[in-house]
Amino acid sequence: MTDELLFWVFSILVCGGAIAVVATQNVVRMAFWLVVSLGSVAALFFLLHADFLGAAQLLIYVGGTVVLLVFGVMLTASGPYVQIRTSPAEMIFGATVGGGLFFVLFSSIGWVDWVSLSARLPATPAIPAASDYAQESRAGQQVTVAGSSSPAAELDAQQQQGRTIRQLGLGFLGLRPDRNLKEGGTRGLAPGYLLPFEIISIHLLVVLIGASYLARAKRRVDRNESRGLG
Amino acid sequence: MNGLFAAITLQDFLTSLVGGFARSMKIDTETTATIAFFLAALIHASLLLGLFAGLPVFYIWLERKVAGRIQDRLGPTRVGGSFGWLQTIADGIKLIQKEDLVPEDADSLIFRMSPYLATIASFAAFMVLPIADGWVAVSAECGAFLILALMSLEVLGIILAGYSSGSKWALFGAMREAAQMVSYEIPMAICALIPLLIAGSLNFQVIGRMQSGWFWNWFIFHDPFAFLAFFCYFTVATASVKRAPFDLAEAESELVAGFHTEYSGFRWSIFFLAEYSSMFAVSAVAALLFLGGSNVGLFGIDELLGHLRGAGTGALGIEGFSVGTYLANLIGAGVLIAKGCLLVFVQIWVRWTLPRLRIDQVMTTCLKYLVPISCFLFLMAVLWPLVLASTIRRPTFSGQPMGDKSVQHIAVPAVRVASKSEGVAR
Repeated sequence: MTDELLFWVFSILVCGGAIAVVATQNVVRMAFWLVVSLGSVAALFFLLHADFLGAAQLLIYVGGTVVLLVFGVMLTASGPYVQIRTSPAEMIFGATVGGGLFFVLFSSIGWVDWVSLSARLPATPAIPAASDYAQESRAGQQVTVAGSSSPAAELDAQQQQGRTIRQLGLGFLGLRPDRNLKEGGTRGLAPGYLLPFEIISIHLLVVLIGASYLARAKRRVDRNESRGLG
Repeated sequence: MNGLFAAITLQDFLTSLVGGFARSMKIDTETTATIAFFLAALIHASLLLGLFAGLPVFYIWLERKVAGRIQDRLGPTRVGGSFGWLQTIADGIKLIQKEDLVPEDADSLIFRMSPYLATIASFAAFMVLPIADGWVAVSAECGAFLILALMSLEVLGIILAGYSSGSKWALFGAMREAAQMVSYEIPMAICALIPLLIAGSLNFQVIGRMQSGWFWNWFIFHDPFAFLAFFCYFTVATASVKRAPFDLAEAESELVAGFHTEYSGFRWSIFFLAEYSSMFAVSAVAALLFLGGSNVGLFGIDELLGHLRGAGTGALGIEGFSVGTYLANLIGAGVLIAKGCLLVFVQIWVRWTLPRLRIDQVMTTCLKYLVPISCFLFLMAVLWPLVLASTIRRPTFSGQPMGDKSVQHIAVPAVRVASKSEGVAR
C-alpha cells in the first residue's frame, strides 16, 4: 500500500515536472523542473529496488547533465535570463511529434495482453550467481529468507532487494555465471558485456580527447620565436 | 557474533510493539503493519533530521571557538555560560526572525527553491550513511556509490541560487563553484575507489566489518598507497564541501559573499546548515572508508562489544530485539560520530591557519596535481596485491587475506532490507 502511494506521488512528480519543462520559457526554470522530473524517475527506480540504476540516474542525469546544462546557459547567456520563444509553426510540429509518440507508446502498452504474457514467463526468474555470492546468500538465508530453501529463490529475493552489484560487475567483465548455471552448460558459455563495455570506454576517451583539443586555447605561434626556441 | 541477534529492524520492532496493542484492540495485521511502517519512517526521519541539524549547531559553535583561540581571542563567552554553548541557538533565533528578502532582479521561484535543493541533497546523503554496524536508514548494496551520487547534487542548488539572484557577485560565485565542484568530483571518486577496491564491496556495512580488530586492520594502514589516498581524499573532500583554503565560491575579499550574497534570514541559514552537515558527511565517509568506521580499533574493546551483541535477547517481550546489540550499536555510533567530528575539527583548523588559494591555483591543484596523483595511487593500489603475491606469495603483509575475511564477515548479516517479499507493505 505504501509502495503504491509513493509510486503515485513520484509518477505525478515525473509527469508534472516534464509538463512544466515544456510549458516554461525560461531555460533555467526548465533546468529546475528537469531536476524534479529526473529525480523522481530515480525515486521510481529505488521503489522498484533497482538501487544501482537509481544512483546512476542521480549521478549522470541530475548531477551531471543538468549541471552542464545550467553551466552552459550561464556561460553563453547574453541577457540576465534566457527566454525561449516558440513560434506557432514549431509548436504545431512539436505537438504533432509528441502526440504521435504518445499515441504509439500508449497504444502499444494498452494493446499488449499482459496477463497471457506474464503466464509465458518462467515461474521463477531465478539467477544463481558466483560462488561467493551464493555463499553470502546462504549465510543470509538463516535470517532473511527463512523458509525458502533453494538458492534460486534466495537469489531472486536478493534481486528484489536491489542487491545486484556483483552480478552487474561480473556481467561487465564478460562473465554471466547466472545464465551459465541456469542453462546447465547445455548452450555453451553465455557472453557478457565486455566488448560493448570496452567499445564505450574507448569511445568516451576519443570524445574526451576531441573535446579537449577543440577547447584548447588557440595560440598564434610566432615563427621567429619558435625558431629561436627550437 | 551471531547474525541472528542483530537481525531486527526498527520496523520489525514497531510491528511487534504495535501488534501487542492491536491484539487487544482487535485490529487486523495489515493495518498494524502499515501503522508500524509509518511510525518507523517517522522515527527514522526525525532521528536523521536531529543528527543533520544538531551536528551543524555544534560545529558552528566549534568554528567560532576554534577561530577565536587560533586568533588569540576568546570566541563566544556570554550565551549559555562561560563557554558560549548556546551561541548558535541564539544566532538561529536571530536568523529566523529576519525578513525573507527576494531581490527585484531575482527569478523568484528558483531563488526561493534553490536553498531547499542544496539542503535536500546534503540531507539525503545521511540516509545511506551507516551510523553504526546495523544502524542505517537505507541499507543499499551500492551505498558508497549512492552517497557519492547524492553528495554531488548539492552543487546544483548552489549554481541555481547564484544564477537566480540577479547579482554579479552571486553569478561569479556560482560559476566558480560549478567549475570547482565538477572538477573535484573526479579525484574524490578515484580516491574513494581505493578502499572500495580493497574491500571488494560497495556496501558500507561490509566495509566496516572488514576493518574490525586492531587498528592496523583499518584500510588506511592496508598499504602505503591507501595511506596516501586518505590524505588525498581528505584534501579533495575539503575542496568539494568548499571549505578554506578552497572556498573560492564565497571568497569574501573578492565576491562579497559569493553565491549567497543576496540571501538572508532562514534561507541563508539553511545554506549554512547544508554546508556544515556536508562537512560531517564527507568526514564520516572518510572515517568509514579509511578509519575503521564504527570500530574502536583496540581489539579488546571491540571484542567486548562483540560479546555484548545478542545479550538480553527478547527483552521488552519483543522477539529478536536485544538490549546488548542496542548498546553496542549506541557505542559504535558514538565512535563513528567522534571520528567524524575529529576530521571536521581538522577542517576548521585548516580554515583558520591556511591562506586562501586563487581560483586558477585551485583549478591547477585539482587538474594538474590531484587527478594524476589519485590515478597513480589507484593504479598502484591495484598492483600492490599482485606484487605482494609474486614476491612474498601472500596478498597482504600480515593478517588474513581480504578475500577470506570478506566471506567470514558477510556471514554476519545485520540489517535486513525490507523488500516486497518480506516488508510490512505486503
